[in-house]
Amino acid sequence: RWGRARGAARGRAERALTLSAPAQGGGSAVIDMENMDDTSGSSFEDMGEMHQRMKEEEEDEAAEGEAGAAEEEDGEFLGMKGLRGQLGRQVADQVWQVGKKQASRAFSLYANIDILRPYFDVEPVQVRTRLLESMIPVKMINFPQKIAGELYGPLMLVFTLVAILLHGMKTSDTIIREGTLMGTAIGTCFGYWLGVSSFIYFLAYLCNAQITMVQMLSLLGYGLFGHCITLFVTYNIHFHSLFYIFWLGVGGLSTLRMVAVLVSRTVGHTQRLILCGTLAALHMLFLLYLHFAYHKVVEGILDTLEGPNMPPFQRVARDIPVVSNAVLNTTAKAIALTL
Amino acid sequence: FAGLADVSISGEVPVEGEITVPVSSHAPDEDFSTLDEPVRDTIMRDLKAVGKKFIHVMYPKKSSALLRDWDLWGPLVLCVSLALMLQGGAADSKDDGGPQFAEVFVIIWFGAVVITLNSKLLGGTISFFQSLCVLGYCVLPLTVAMLVCRLVLLAGAGTISFIIRLIVVVAMFGWSTLASTAFLADSQPPNRKALVVYPIFLFYFVISWMILTFTPQ
Repeated sequence: RWGRARGAARGRAERALTLSAPAQGGGSAVIDMENMDDTSGSSFEDMGEMHQRMKEEEEDEAAEGEAGAAEEEDGEFLGMKGLRGQLGRQVADQVWQVGKKQASRAFSLYANIDILRPYFDVEPVQVRTRLLESMIPVKMINFPQKIAGELYGPLMLVFTLVAILLHGMKTSDTIIREGTLMGTAIGTCFGYWLGVSSFIYFLAYLCNAQITMVQMLSLLGYGLFGHCITLFVTYNIHFHSLFYIFWLGVGGLSTLRMVAVLVSRTVGHTQRLILCGTLAALHMLFLLYLHFAYHKVVEGILDTLEGPNMPPFQRVARDIPVVSNAVLNTTAKAIALTL
Repeated sequence: FAGLADVSISGEVPVEGEITVPVSSHAPDEDFSTLDEPVRDTIMRDLKAVGKKFIHVMYPKKSSALLRDWDLWGPLVLCVSLALMLQGGAADSKDDGGPQFAEVFVIIWFGAVVITLNSKLLGGTISFFQSLCVLGYCVLPLTVAMLVCRLVLLAGAGTISFIIRLIVVVAMFGWSTLASTAFLADSQPPNRKALVVYPIFLFYFVISWMILTFTPQ
């Protein structure tokens, strides 16, 4: 390792230059360790460079004297002299320090959660208002509507959807062979939120719509509120037509809201059509998918209203007892009949 | 400083006196070098700390012992025991829909990390591991609920047992949420407590749901 560092120091003049630059806090010190040439001869300029740097780091030499002495044996083993061993060691040290500084700077930049802090700066009242507004389509589409770039509400809605899906999967016949229930739910919900947001953002870029990524994430996240309500209700009351009513009504309202906001931010008929058509289709189809893929309607229960002699569900592992579901179903059917 | 210019201390004046280092009691020395103590002492000390925190969770008062000396032993023990008890039992059955050990483990830790990040982003003053510690320890009531559910299920799996289990799980879920809220909500700005409590509610709801819908094969 020391041999390679020495090769780097001696072999290339330009590398030597870049090594000294970061000492003043400048650019990058990327050393290509693979193309080392240990036996390359040194040029006079390089040696001059080395001497210059040695003089600058004179205070470290005393501390590293012993280390240098230990490196001399290494140097002799590789056929280098003691002086170059010390140089190599200092160069390697400098490389290490610069690399560490770079890494800690990068880490503090990317792992700093303060980047996300402004997107979580909300009050509970604001969240509630936005939740309710996400079901109300705006009428004014000639004026760009304001979208709050906030991530708390959407994130909580995605997690709520995950919880509701879990609840739905466990009260139905879903058997997941590969992967766990939780993994599937999380993957589906987060995949939809992030994936469809990115896709619509890409389309918006193509269609010249005025929307940023965070705003798109926020818009789609709040659009999942309708999904949450629909699924929560229909997972407990297994009633086919009820689901379709909710799908069109609640799902349709939240889709209309998103579509209206996007339309207000896009110019041109074709672009509006493409963007909003895609979003509406994906949003509504997702709700349909969640209901039918994760929920198997046991139609026997609705057809055979036999009271306490009801045949048990064909279920696996865990389920809530038959009684509560049957009661809910019969109540719903009775209400529908009386209406 | 000008007045001090004419103060001179001649080198011939001997400095006399006594320098005594006050020998403090034996205990601080032992705190610094716990390598020499017998293993039993170390284990008992950690166990006592964990036990004290368990008691704090069961009777949530506004004490800062949980927060100050955080440790993750208790959460680990609770998480492992809960995951073991939630094992489907019929590991070789093809239709096993029960949560696997890894699933429960990941849910608990991933959920705790997400809640901690959320509370930090909302302006919380509590540190990362302190929050993890509190959330982990507050799983204790739900572990107790799991034990009770398992015992009740030994007696039979009818409607009555379901009602008992429902009551127990709901009570313990409320206890967990209240306990963790008592510790965590204080570190938030007062008008944002609801924003922090909701994810905690969701987290314990998911765990309670897993406990409630558990049926041994």
